[in-house]
Amino acid sequence: MTIIAENPIKAVAAPSQVQQKVIDSLNRRHRKENLFRRLGLTAVLISLGLVAVLFINIFSKGLPAFWQSAVTLDIYFDPQIIKIPPMPQQRDDESDNDFRQRHIEWQTEIGFVNFNRLITDSLQKVLPDANKHRRDLARVVTSGERFALRDMVVADPSIIGQTRTLHLLTDANIDVWLKGNIDRSLPDEQQQLSAKMREWVDKLSADGVIQNRFSLALFMNPDSRSSLASAGLAGAFMGSFYMMLVVILLAVPMGVAAAIYLEEFAPRNKITDLVEVNINNLAAVPSIVFGLLGASVLIGWFNLPMSAPIVGGLVLSLMTLPTVIIATRSTLKAIPPSIRQAALGLGASKMQAIFHHVLPLAIPGILTGAILGVAQALGETAPLLLIGMKSFVASIPASPFEQASALPVQIYLWQGNELRNFFEARTSAAIIVLLLMMISLNGLAIWLRKKYEKRW
Amino acid sequence: MKLNKLSNLLLAASMTLAVAGTAQAQSRDTIQIAGSSTVLPFSSVVAEEFGNNFAQFRTPVVGSGGSSGGLRQFCQGVGANTIDVANSSRKMRPNEVEACKANGVKDIIEVKIGYDGIVFASRVDAAIFKLEPVHVFMAQAAQVPQNGKMVSNPYTRWNQIDKTLPDQEILLAIPGSNHGTREVYEEKVVVPGCNTLAEVKALDKDAASKFCTAMRTDGRVVEIAGDYTETLARLTAQKDALGVFGLSFYEANRDRIKVATVSGVEPNLDTIISGEYPVSRPLYIYVKGAHIGVIPGLQEYAMFHVSEGMSGFGSALESAGLIPLSDDERAETSQNIRQKKSL
Repeated sequence: MTIIAENPIKAVAAPSQVQQKVIDSLNRRHRKENLFRRLGLTAVLISLGLVAVLFINIFSKGLPAFWQSAVTLDIYFDPQIIKIPPMPQQRDDESDNDFRQRHIEWQTEIGFVNFNRLITDSLQKVLPDANKHRRDLARVVTSGERFALRDMVVADPSIIGQTRTLHLLTDANIDVWLKGNIDRSLPDEQQQLSAKMREWVDKLSADGVIQNRFSLALFMNPDSRSSLASAGLAGAFMGSFYMMLVVILLAVPMGVAAAIYLEEFAPRNKITDLVEVNINNLAAVPSIVFGLLGASVLIGWFNLPMSAPIVGGLVLSLMTLPTVIIATRSTLKAIPPSIRQAALGLGASKMQAIFHHVLPLAIPGILTGAILGVAQALGETAPLLLIGMKSFVASIPASPFEQASALPVQIYLWQGNELRNFFEARTSAAIIVLLLMMISLNGLAIWLRKKYEKRW
Repeated sequence: MKLNKLSNLLLAASMTLAVAGTAQAQSRDTIQIAGSSTVLPFSSVVAEEFGNNFAQFRTPVVGSGGSSGGLRQFCQGVGANTIDVANSSRKMRPNEVEACKANGVKDIIEVKIGYDGIVFASRVDAAIFKLEPVHVFMAQAAQVPQNGKMVSNPYTRWNQIDKTLPDQEILLAIPGSNHGTREVYEEKVVVPGCNTLAEVKALDKDAASKFCTAMRTDGRVVEIAGDYTETLARLTAQKDALGVFGLSFYEANRDRIKVATVSGVEPNLDTIISGEYPVSRPLYIYVKGAHIGVIPGLQEYAMFHVSEGMSGFGSALESAGLIPLSDDERAETSQNIRQKKSL
């Protein structure tokens, strides 16, 4: 205003100058906004691109591993080779223990049978000149399949003398060769398979004797190192399953109870403030610290078994607890006070108001928090390494106290396997399985929230 | 009501878990093994076959953690929450035996299971190396003698060390100190190479050993704490890198890496058995004597490990890359297990 008074000539121009100023500043602000929008969009695109690269990489590597080459053979359970006494039957006067003893002796007897002979004998029928290369012949089918044949005999000894058509997994290196995961033009000394073997495999594959079949082994078998082609995720899956069971049984009820008490009943004072701060801190503790705690306290003092899902579950429960508490508390906070007041006004006790009116409304939120906590625990690896769960376990655990691995740890283990050509794909397949489980857990959380969500 | 039922159910379930836990803690029927990642593949195969062949025993569980890590766990004491077998790619040191005894682990049965070669390998598309131990020393040393004086390592390319070596950046990926392989690498390559130098011979023993194992710190030597896959990843990323691997790892990845000869000898089964190839070492498993008879199948597992069918010529372990024991050694080792001969 003062400028206008001082200089009348400028006063005429003044509005345009002010206008100019406004226009300039507006342009500047628009530019800034545009820049910010573009930055934001680029950030989104970059992260989407990275996710896409990750997914394309994992899926392109991992998807083929869900199919595995298997050879279709007519296996004759030759009584000349399988010479075993009849399966023991429990006598009336025999105790369970004695019978079990006799049964084990019988199984040991079966262990001496050379089941590989059954496989090589039937391979000889489809392969010419097989007799000259017996060493190669014994390697066509992965070594673990002989136990599959044994288990068939143990389950039903009447199979002896019969012929069955079976799909047997080939050696891991044959799968690698057929999938083209090794350069086919490499000279002999760099190949894993002998020249004869490669010739056989190509012929069998052309004849349709060796086919790519959906790999049940990947889902039904535990990990294996003596028969790499039969390595599967079943052991790790059960290990993860038991751990999640422990987490759900421990962390969720404890977390919800703690949250309800803190939110609804606890007096507001310094102690509860301290507790609250510490819960938030606990949520920020790096997971490996919980692993150390598990190793020293649970295994060291409480003598819980090493590499067992129960210990893993307890450790992961500790880790999940703060997540559940925080999620539950924020859900409870979001329930309108009018609900409580109405209940109290109608004569309900505080306990009744909370358990009959507030909690049912909070359940979707609590469930979401709990499921997200469990999903986080499912993918956790670091603490498990410290409590011995990165061990090689070749059996499927029957209870949470038996040694087991876990899905993310299995990925880590396969990543380190020396037969890179085979396990790179296998590792990616395991990642896909884990990712699918995570996505379905998260999906469940979203579905529950949508289904039970109430708006006020 | 519903909520009450649910919480009762949860309570009951957690009680069962807790009760089962205390019952379980007192005994263990699965053999627990930990240690060297070089021995791990072999022990895993044995463990798996053991579980498959003996219906009365459970499949042993094999952990890793390096030779030193495994032996430390092994020496923590006696009892169900300690491991039964330690895998090691080197002999147990006297101070480790003492530490074990101090913790009550008195009966330690040493079982030699076979041999393994250590190879230097580069990417398959890289140049061919013909190494001598002294070259490796020159490449990794902190100081090298030059004109009678010790100077800090000036070499940046292999052909500066020796004209016969390729004209290529020096980049060496060696196992970290948690690996038994590292000790063998130093003992069988670096120190012998270093001792061939006239300047080192002039030094007294302590000074020489200190001088020989001192490593350059300019980033040309990388210590790999993880397993051989990590070394392989290093080679994939850097074409010039030369890595230290176990023979069995190389055998499984011949399409990606190629070996260097050491003192003119190519590493393979024959040259390692005959002793021509200098960088090989015995592999061991250490069995806790006090656990034999307590943990079912422990002695049988050790016997199975050294049985001809499991680790002899033409066996599963040989095809996994283990170099078998000689017949005499095998007989002696089996005898030691049978008699529970302690260290």
